[in-house]
Amino acid sequence: MNLIARLKPLNTPLTLVAGVLVVALLAQLAGISLITRIITVMFVSLMLVLGLQLYMGNSGILNFAHIGFMGIGAYTSVLFSMTPEAKVLTNSDLYPFLVPLHLPFLPSLLIGGLVAAVLAAVISYPLMRLSDAAAVITTFAVLVMIHVVLLHWDRVTNGPRTLFGVDNYTTLWTSVVFAVITTFAVYLFKESRIGLRLRASRDDRYAAASIGINMVMMRWLAFMASAFIAGVGGGLWAHFITSFTPYSFYLTETFVILVMLVIGGPYSVSGAVVGTLIVTAAREVLRAIENYVNILQVFPEGFFGFTEVVLAIVLILILVYRPTGIMGSHELRWIQKQPKVKENEALKNSGKV
Amino acid sequence: MINLEFIINMISLGSLYAMLALGLVIIYGILRLVNFAYGELIMIGGYTMFLLAGFTPLPWLVVAVLAVLAAMFTSLFTELVAFRPVREKSLTAMLITSFAVSTLLQNAALLIISPRARAVTLPQIFQTSVMIAGTSVPWRNILTIFTSLVMLALLTLLLRRTVLGIALRAAADNFTMTRMLGVPANTVISAAFAISGIMAGIVSIFWIGRSATVTPTIGAPPLLVAFVATVIGGMRSLTGAVVGGFVYATIISLLGVLLPPDLLEFREAFMFAFVIIILLFRPQGLISGKTSEERVG
Repeated sequence: MNLIARLKPLNTPLTLVAGVLVVALLAQLAGISLITRIITVMFVSLMLVLGLQLYMGNSGILNFAHIGFMGIGAYTSVLFSMTPEAKVLTNSDLYPFLVPLHLPFLPSLLIGGLVAAVLAAVISYPLMRLSDAAAVITTFAVLVMIHVVLLHWDRVTNGPRTLFGVDNYTTLWTSVVFAVITTFAVYLFKESRIGLRLRASRDDRYAAASIGINMVMMRWLAFMASAFIAGVGGGLWAHFITSFTPYSFYLTETFVILVMLVIGGPYSVSGAVVGTLIVTAAREVLRAIENYVNILQVFPEGFFGFTEVVLAIVLILILVYRPTGIMGSHELRWIQKQPKVKENEALKNSGKV
Repeated sequence: MINLEFIINMISLGSLYAMLALGLVIIYGILRLVNFAYGELIMIGGYTMFLLAGFTPLPWLVVAVLAVLAAMFTSLFTELVAFRPVREKSLTAMLITSFAVSTLLQNAALLIISPRARAVTLPQIFQTSVMIAGTSVPWRNILTIFTSLVMLALLTLLLRRTVLGIALRAAADNFTMTRMLGVPANTVISAAFAISGIMAGIVSIFWIGRSATVTPTIGAPPLLVAFVATVIGGMRSLTGAVVGGFVYATIISLLGVLLPPDLLEFREAFMFAFVIIILLFRPQGLISGKTSEERVG
């Protein structure tokens, strides 16, 4: 009893983590490598979507730059985790001082996250004052800037060419562990004092300011935390995919995580989890259809873009009919103990009381 | 390096960007919506030209007019089915909707036509040049300048002399008040989207006139240009959009000449850094609208 009472504040994250673990176990038991791959990428996406939720959900500001920080984390972690020989093989132009760097997987990931967070802190500090359209355009500008730099800084990123030869460190259970940690972290952030103040400023910025909430500071902290999660997620993704280009971190990817978060519900952590699961499932089904039609060769030019068209239509429908997503502002919980109420209701309905 | 040819090209680029920015600002002014799907209207114009010029015997001028109309109707259609239902909700919902519409149109082109670039047949005049004061100037550039002057004149007439124009300007100043005075919101917003579509259609002719090909992703670069130009000029003012277009063209042309080659690749990053700086220190842009957003009384 005592244990249950103590775990009560963690009701939601424990429920979500239970769901995550069930999915992971099922994937493990299925033992089909295609499914394991899909589920691994899904947990990495989950981490990214949770990171996006942390900023967007609590501050109410749309953030387009998230995937940019994922890219920074991916490239940074790879620079540390690859062996010097592999680095020179994939990018002979690499700055000489970057070549000998070599660290194990976990420190590389964390450095990736930290670099993303530090860059986010520097870039975003002045931007946190902006709201509404100006805030959105500036985050979009940040995304474009990061993309242009990744694309053209040949001596670090290998330019638009594919960076290959990354070791495959990320397994299904690595991604599960990170997804679980992130779920707890994002939920605890939401319920923390910072999260609470940020949500207060989201709902009424003047009221929040009047009780002494430093909105700019709260947003800044959330933005950094969000970029850190994106950076680590990028590192995880890079060590799973093992070869990528700067185009992996641009508008297409941004659209995918936005769809996941908005369909699930940007204002709750459960929404991020539910959205990621549902959209991943939907995407895989749609992709399978797309591939099947391509194999049949019904269309001479190929059958591309079907998945995105359907997802975009669903996204618009969700925004029209349920703009707060599937979850709204609710969080998933264990079924609460309310049998008595139900009994009473049942009695009332039957007309016996 | 900075000679007559450079200046004429710059003015031509500036007038193209001014039209581009106008189309974005006219919607932003009324709805506060940064329309991410704006670039895709240019793509629609391009594909219309590709289909009509390649597969029908229509004269080229008719093709161009139909391309503009196609962009206009797409703009109206997106407003009707996507933006109107979310208009009353939040600004974020509207922005995500426009992002979704952009992805939708782009992938629809991918799905229906082809991921590969398509060659657009253009009339001879797009490839020939004329000698002016000893320098060769492409006819295309002269046409761009001429068309933008005509469009600016027409738009000014519309906004100054017609009831619709006055309603549009009033709505941009204070939409709620305008509605209370009996101006139907839907009409004004549809008109803004129509004008935006016409601008995108005209820009598409000249934008595609430079490369003579159209791809599903062709809308992205002009959208980015329009973003920067409108922020520079001022998102709340139509004059600002024109000024922003010319300022953008001037800066980008000068950067092209002055930046060392290895930094030239980062030109776009510099432009967007500039956007951030402007939004921080002069969020109203070079030319501010008449009523500022937060003003009370």
